[in-house]
Amino acid sequence: MHTKTIVELGAGLRAGEFTSVELTRHFLDRIDRHNSELNAFVTVTPETALQEAEAADRLLQSDQAGPLTGIPIAQKDIFCTQGVKTSCGSRMLDNFISPYDASVVERLKQAGIVSLGKANMDEFAMGSSNETSFYGAVRNPWDTQRVPGGSSGGSAAAVAARLAVAATGTDTGGSIRQPAALCGLTGLKPTYGRVSRFGMIAFASSLDQAGPMTQSAQDAALVLQAIAGFDPRDSTCANEPVPGYTLTLEDSLEGLRIGLPEEYFGEGLDSAIAASIEAAIEVYKGLGAEVVEISLPNTALAVPTYYVVAPAECSSNLSRFDGVRFGYRCEAPKDLEDLYKRSRGEGFGSEVKRRIMIGTYALSAGYYDAYYLKAQQTRHLISDDFSKAFEKVDVIMGPTSPATAFGLGEKTDDPVTMYLNDIYTIAANLAGLPAMSLPVEPVNGLPVGLQIIGNYFAEGKLLNVAHRYQRETQWHRQMPEEFVL
Amino acid sequence: MSLERSDVEKIAHLARMALDESQIDTYASELSNILALVEQLEQADTSGIEPMSHPLHMAQRLRNDEVTEADRREANQAIAPQVENGLYLVPKVIE
Repeated sequence: MHTKTIVELGAGLRAGEFTSVELTRHFLDRIDRHNSELNAFVTVTPETALQEAEAADRLLQSDQAGPLTGIPIAQKDIFCTQGVKTSCGSRMLDNFISPYDASVVERLKQAGIVSLGKANMDEFAMGSSNETSFYGAVRNPWDTQRVPGGSSGGSAAAVAARLAVAATGTDTGGSIRQPAALCGLTGLKPTYGRVSRFGMIAFASSLDQAGPMTQSAQDAALVLQAIAGFDPRDSTCANEPVPGYTLTLEDSLEGLRIGLPEEYFGEGLDSAIAASIEAAIEVYKGLGAEVVEISLPNTALAVPTYYVVAPAECSSNLSRFDGVRFGYRCEAPKDLEDLYKRSRGEGFGSEVKRRIMIGTYALSAGYYDAYYLKAQQTRHLISDDFSKAFEKVDVIMGPTSPATAFGLGEKTDDPVTMYLNDIYTIAANLAGLPAMSLPVEPVNGLPVGLQIIGNYFAEGKLLNVAHRYQRETQWHRQMPEEFVL
Repeated sequence: MSLERSDVEKIAHLARMALDESQIDTYASELSNILALVEQLEQADTSGIEPMSHPLHMAQRLRNDEVTEADRREANQAIAPQVENGLYLVPKVIE
């Protein structure tokens, strides 16, 4: 059962071949057997999962079921879930039982999905390896001595090892796409504002987006359909109509113009990965697409711009964690300032502290123009690069990550080296564009991701382009041998 | 920009975040490296470029000034570290 996609399992459920309770028990059993090795889940909720499965089975019998009804998934632990611990990978929220549901959680519940539990993640989504989690590193199912990527590393490992059929993730600078690439999944970061951020614990509010991490583009279309759309509770949520994402999956790619940015194939890219990407481009040419060489000349500014904008926004967002209303509080504070300082000093891990300090510095008196204002201007330059490119092409393709999954502990000593993992993913967040990663030919047994960036609100086009590749190839159906049984 | 120990102490104070004494030198060197990365921005010519504050260049939506939230005081205070009579407790501020 666990080697099947949402589409296949949904058909089985609706045909009465098995029940959601049976399916849910099967995945709970797999979590029991494999989670201690992977550390993909930080909280498993078997009781509520089985209640949701029973409710789904009633819907299935009454013919009111939708495509997600009864499908067991993992929720990234950044989404507030009523009555369930929502830790965001941090000691700060280790005691936080959310009093409400995030919009994403609410909509998936309405769609009849079953939540198996909460997936591990880098602390407050700050990291590219899932090693900054308070609950320890997640291991990559393809090689358990390697990282799964981050920050949605638990979501990625859970789906790659088929401990869940699909998962939710969030992406501020690559946190859906990079772990999807490193774990062999299909991951989609929608256009900024496409999915409500209500109840999604904020890291950098002008960059954060939620999206699906699945086994196929078809599955991603189904999950996106359920979570996309206007929500008055998120003032930055886009009030744009949501198209039917499954309706355009099969569209022909004849005449599709694919832009290949020279900056994404230069120095720093592993040559074996470049070869995998080029092989995938050949598949697209076979489907009638044409390739256009393009340039995104301000690409080198993306990482430095991000490391002003994201920390500045995080230092502001994380000021709410003060030890007063919820979350961690230090023992025996001697006065209010001591309460703030020690609660935050003891509650946050070192990567979160670094980013809060960089942001605090960049926003402090006398430095604002040199850092934050300058970064907002370079952000505009990066965004303009894409606007110009999309006058000539329909989608942009390149690698998701410059290398395959690296070893646990390999990059933890040097924050800047870790930051450079996101060199190809960050620009889409700065520009607010939708982007996805899908698995192409592996290198030395490790997954490789092809990144596809689209124009604003072109999620349907991205899913179509990804699905047509997945009709021609089987890379997305591969799974790590150790977890087949 | 290379940060000294005293700079890190000042920033940590602004962020109301206690740091382990033994970690301050490490933070000074790590933060200096991150700032060195960020300072690549100085080379970019941004004269006349509008700062971009919203990815879709949208204006902030306004809503009517009406109460839309239900009173959830009990649920919200159930997760607080210390409350009494519906109030959040902190150490004494005024002697």
